[in-house]
Amino acid sequence: MARTLIKARFGIKARFGSALTALALLGANPALAQRDPAYAAAREAGQVGERVDGYLGYVGTASPALRAVVEDINIKRKAVYAQKAQANNATLEEYALTTGCVLIAQTKPGEKYQAPDGSWQTRTAAAPQRDSRCP
Amino acid sequence: MRRLQLTKSDNPATIRCMNSSAGKKRFGRGLRPFAALPLALMMGGCITVKAPDKPIVIELNINIKQEVIYRLAADAAQTIDKNAEIF
Repeated sequence: MARTLIKARFGIKARFGSALTALALLGANPALAQRDPAYAAAREAGQVGERVDGYLGYVGTASPALRAVVEDINIKRKAVYAQKAQANNATLEEYALTTGCVLIAQTKPGEKYQAPDGSWQTRTAAAPQRDSRCP
Repeated sequence: MRRLQLTKSDNPATIRCMNSSAGKKRFGRGLRPFAALPLALMMGGCITVKAPDKPIVIELNINIKQEVIYRLAADAAQTIDKNAEIF
């Protein structure tokens, strides 16, 4: 809709413009940014779960391919945590742990998460077991 | 002079030590079997120490304070939304 409007108004120039609009929309709208299919599948299958410390963990033994996916995500997470921690005058660990609290709270029934004692739990409809300091 | 005092102060310690051993002697031969009586009474009181049911959790991040987590929580939730592909 927006694209056709822009095209109609600005002609050839609109092509570049619409691409930019699409990019801006992608950045602003989280629904458009999706999980990697391998990660999404592993998460659904309960092979990976949310760790207490804000990173992804594998439940049991993981294949090298899955391990690579998890490591990749964790590196990206760490980079985001570091940037955000600095912006909020917090340490990397503090920011990561806080995000872990939120991530565990956001898990959907059937997904795996790590309880404060380190054990892997399957999320049910009930509230997850979280660190006592979690908000 | 001082040295003398210091040496003197040594003596009471030894004496005290001897006193305590001497104190034991106050239990006469006839009372000796009852010396273990308080111990027996304590055993009768039956203090049981049970192992905890839940595993003992050692908090590795104990230095991270709750107030910090509360301060960061809203920002963390936003970060998750904005970077949905890695969360």
